[in-house]
Amino acid sequence: MNAKITDKLATTIFYVIILAATALLAFLLGYILFKGLGVVNWHFLTAPAKTLSAGGGIGTQLFNSIIMLVVSMIFTVPLGLGGGIYLAEYAKPNFFTNAIRLCVETLASLPSIVVGLFGLLVFVNMTGWGYTLLGGALSLTVLNLPVMTRVCEDSIRTVKQELLEASLALGATKWQTIIKVVLPVALPGILTGIILTAGRVFGEAAAIMYTAGMSSPNLNFKAWSFTNPRSPINLMRPAETLAVHIWKVNSESLLPDARQIADGSSAVLILAVLIFNILARFIGSLLHKRLSGEK
Amino acid sequence: MDTLKAKKRNEAFGRFITFLCAILVIIVTFSLVIFIASKGLKTFVKDGVSPIEFLTSTKWMPEASPPRVGALVFIIGSLAVAGLGIVISAPLSVASAIFMVDIAPSWGQRMLQPVIELFVGIPSVVYGWIGLSLLVPFIRNSIGGLGFSLLAGGLVLAVMMYPTITSVACDALRAIPGELNEASLALGATRWQTIYKVLLPAAMPGVLTAIILGLARGLGEALAVQMVIGNAMKIPSSLLDPVHTMTSIITMEMGNTAMNTLPNDVLWSIALLLLLISLAFIVLIRYIGKRGSMSNER
Repeated sequence: MNAKITDKLATTIFYVIILAATALLAFLLGYILFKGLGVVNWHFLTAPAKTLSAGGGIGTQLFNSIIMLVVSMIFTVPLGLGGGIYLAEYAKPNFFTNAIRLCVETLASLPSIVVGLFGLLVFVNMTGWGYTLLGGALSLTVLNLPVMTRVCEDSIRTVKQELLEASLALGATKWQTIIKVVLPVALPGILTGIILTAGRVFGEAAAIMYTAGMSSPNLNFKAWSFTNPRSPINLMRPAETLAVHIWKVNSESLLPDARQIADGSSAVLILAVLIFNILARFIGSLLHKRLSGEK
Repeated sequence: MDTLKAKKRNEAFGRFITFLCAILVIIVTFSLVIFIASKGLKTFVKDGVSPIEFLTSTKWMPEASPPRVGALVFIIGSLAVAGLGIVISAPLSVASAIFMVDIAPSWGQRMLQPVIELFVGIPSVVYGWIGLSLLVPFIRNSIGGLGFSLLAGGLVLAVMMYPTITSVACDALRAIPGELNEASLALGATRWQTIYKVLLPAAMPGVLTAIILGLARGLGEALAVQMVIGNAMKIPSSLLDPVHTMTSIITMEMGNTAMNTLPNDVLWSIALLLLLISLAFIVLIRYIGKRGSMSNER
């Protein structure tokens, strides 16, 4: 009897914990969106930030976040994919493979601020670039490379061995098989991983505050050249992102409306995370249906 | 013949390209460790600070003459905040993992997986901002003190550790063969007895790994913690005292000090210490993994 009561009690406690965790998440999301969305409007999303007076927006920072994400993914995805293919298909169980895995594990567990400092040392000081968008994007690549490699390896490993063997038996080389057979089948998993990683890149701040800088020139959206210092696509300019902006307005800015800006920016970041998550699920299941022929 | 040659070339090309990507990970990891180490060791080699003083002194006056750079306040601060976070988070996370795997595998999984992914997805500055705008005033008004406190930092970290620990612990519990569970239930044990006496001990190496990864995340978190702990230069004596951590001093001072001066060098030493701590965690996790697989084989 006693054991049964304990069992009931334990089960109840488990339910309470689960409900509490879910309620906490709902509360956090609700709190941020409820407080922040009142601030968000077209002006807030597009206007440049002000340094001393109220009424500025986050246009520059939002744009910087997006272009930083794109540039960093241009590096991260092919490198991670290559590493993942190697580990899943070519690597033999030997010392070298073990070393790669150990490095992936180590790199993945490093605090993002340490990765940021490495970026500061290499992409800011050694190259002599100063704070640049490119430096920030490369630091993010270092941060996300292990995650991307692991996601790609795992997705490729789920592909059935028979598919691979069938293709090899038809006379295709291993590389042809990987490109034409394995990757398309592994695509839903890889894409889901890419999108979830992208969500994390979008909100990362510690790794880029000392590489992309904590300021940004006011962008001139008519000057599309790689060299104009105010051009949106100039990779060699400082580029404060939205996440860094939230930290900055809270710690060292003199803005009278810092609270509203932080509220609004947080809501935008959370919305972006929600969109990335929904997109990952949606695309993942859509592609899965397409490729597996289910209707 | 030609096609065979082309095929071979194509194959070699693919193998080579992916090999380069894999080796890049090694190069990046090694150069990161070497660069941070060579910068971090300057404090001791070039500026002549004794490592013992750095690790054990609480006097932090890098700009004074003679300068004192004891980092113990930050080390204790980091350990206290991350320790508090793990004490709150570990039981709840492991319980959630048990729930997902053993109590309600179907709907629990479907409901909690998105919850965990969203917890991971929320950026750390947003956690910091919620802490700053909601938790800090709450602590100040209803418990006492300034609000900026060890407690606030620990609570924010507990939330941030939750998804990490839960998902790794889930994997560990899922790896247990179903027969263990069934055998225990068949012997007449209740579900709680089975969880407590059979499943948890069997999953212990994995659960420990989960907790270590959570701790690593907590120790390395910079901005969310920095925003809510008050950053006061003293060892906390209660949960409501403000603290300073290794990551928060780096975040705050890196932009205010000039490169290649002692006040800057010592920040790199703290970064090196953070790096060494993560390396130690990796070694520990590998050790636990090996012990775990050995005891399973027997």
